[in-house]
Amino acid sequence: MLVFLFVFSFIGPLFTDYNDETMFYIPRTVPMVSEENFIGADGIEYRFFDISKDIVTDKAPPSSKHWLGTDANRMDVFTRLMYGGRISLTISLIVVFLETFLGVVFGGLAGYFGRWVDTLIMRIVDIFICLPGLPILLISSQIIRSIGVDPNHRIYWLMGILTVFGWAGTARLVRGQILSLREQEYMTAAEATGIKTSAKIVKHLLPNVMPQLIVAMTLGLGGIILYESALSFLGLGVQFPRAAWGTMISAADPSKGSDILANYPNLWIPPGILIVTAVLGFNFVGDGLRDAFDPKMKR
Amino acid sequence: MLKYIVKRLLLGLLILFGTSVIIYFLVRSMPADYIDINTAAQVSQGKLSAEDVARMKELYGIGDNSLWGIIGSYFTWLGNLFKGDLGISFIYGRSVAEVIRQYMWVSFGIAFVALIFQIIIAIPLGIYAATKQYSVSDYSVTVLAMMGISLPSFFFAALLLRVFSVGLGWFPLVGLRSAETMQSGFPAFLDLAHHLVLPIITLVVLSIGGLMRYTRTNMLEVLNSDYIRTARAKGLSEKTVIYKHAFRNTLIPIVTMLGGVLPTLFGGAMIVESVFAINGIGFIAYKAVLQADVPFVMGYNMFLAVLTVLGILISDILYMVVDPRVKLK
Repeated sequence: MLVFLFVFSFIGPLFTDYNDETMFYIPRTVPMVSEENFIGADGIEYRFFDISKDIVTDKAPPSSKHWLGTDANRMDVFTRLMYGGRISLTISLIVVFLETFLGVVFGGLAGYFGRWVDTLIMRIVDIFICLPGLPILLISSQIIRSIGVDPNHRIYWLMGILTVFGWAGTARLVRGQILSLREQEYMTAAEATGIKTSAKIVKHLLPNVMPQLIVAMTLGLGGIILYESALSFLGLGVQFPRAAWGTMISAADPSKGSDILANYPNLWIPPGILIVTAVLGFNFVGDGLRDAFDPKMKR
Repeated sequence: MLKYIVKRLLLGLLILFGTSVIIYFLVRSMPADYIDINTAAQVSQGKLSAEDVARMKELYGIGDNSLWGIIGSYFTWLGNLFKGDLGISFIYGRSVAEVIRQYMWVSFGIAFVALIFQIIIAIPLGIYAATKQYSVSDYSVTVLAMMGISLPSFFFAALLLRVFSVGLGWFPLVGLRSAETMQSGFPAFLDLAHHLVLPIITLVVLSIGGLMRYTRTNMLEVLNSDYIRTARAKGLSEKTVIYKHAFRNTLIPIVTMLGGVLPTLFGGAMIVESVFAINGIGFIAYKAVLQADVPFVMGYNMFLAVLTVLGILISDILYMVVDPRVKLK
């Protein structure tokens, strides 16, 4: 499932002739109802209805050339799905790695050195954990929008803020693990060999934290995809004309009129299915890994 | 016990102070502020001069955007907070506390009903899945729960709207009450309930998975413990073992988890509320962020932070109350 998604998003675009921002003008005829009020010769107001044919070029239905049709901006939906997946997956991968890095550094410092370093770092972690997630992300993306960042670079800023407000959980996890590992006998043995502190942390402590870290990372991937798509859905994430799954679903937001919601399911159901597939995939892998690493859960 | 609670409360204050500093600076560095947005038209028509705008900003207390200006107004804000004054919302022209109080109960009602359904459905399912570990029913329940966790709320809400509102016409599309008729009393309540069915279904489906898996994991852990083996060895029926012996200890982590839902209960569900256009606190806050209503956004975020701190404290205390094995540190 995940392999399919990665192939679809990263290799898929190589096989299509279309670009995610190309516009296709596909003419088709639709019935159009026009109405007009006029005052007749007898002084009474009449309403005049007329049904005629009109030619529109947007929101083309699926065809052999455009498998999922085109959207309101005349762009190919299928191609945009691939590019959107590329963005979502890249963002979540990079953010998770950055978060883990920050989490390991701070959690490791706090857990290993203890005392005031521990207290200081853990208070900061507490503060970040108490920040309300979505509102803060909204405010931050408002700030990014205002300071006039190049729209193409907004994605990197988005990754930045997702990381800044996401590392605290990892740090807490790493600290907890290291605290319990530090007390074990093999660490006393490592101490006795007189190796450097950094070597102790990197060589002896971190490998033992890895299982829990990997589980947290895989589960985190899905969470970040959800956050990113929610931001895009609210119009504060990845910006048009770049494709993102959340933005594509937001076309169906009933507050923008229910036309697309009711009549063009080919525009918003596929990105939704892809988000669910991606998050579900990461969650399953994470869950499986956790069961594999944690023998307590077996009977 | 008392000493512990006092210590935790003081720590909570410290955390809240840090949180408020971060939030305040973020909020204040939001670009276009409320005054700019609302006076732009008049300024371009020449009805207001730049000095007028600056004077208005001064009146609202957001005139000075330099670092020292922000620090100064932060302390003004903090001082007012200690007097119990959260400031006046720009958009609503009323005190922030009043606005929060007004819209909070809508969100609370929805979240509370959703929470009850969530508990009623998730806990029995979790226990059922745990007692039949690795069976077909265990796997199907787990997979369903995972799907619930993985669904983006807005996508699920849009799907529900498409099928039940647009397609079948069973439920109204958005809002809280029907506009056509003026109702009161019981019919009005029914109308409200009718509007809230889809939002509540969305919330319940999204949150069931987490609680269910939590229950399942805990139940598995309890079922593996020694006293359960003793109970089985005594020849008790499987039913007594599970529902009398194991169930009670499964409840411990669940009771403590209830402290953690405090922010969700009162803080509103931003995305679900904005998709269904429900005037709950989440939707109001979303609009306030877009319009840079500094006092309201500040008040709302601090409200959430306080709820989070309280939630963690309550669950820790509950943990000690419910489980005598846990000792104070």
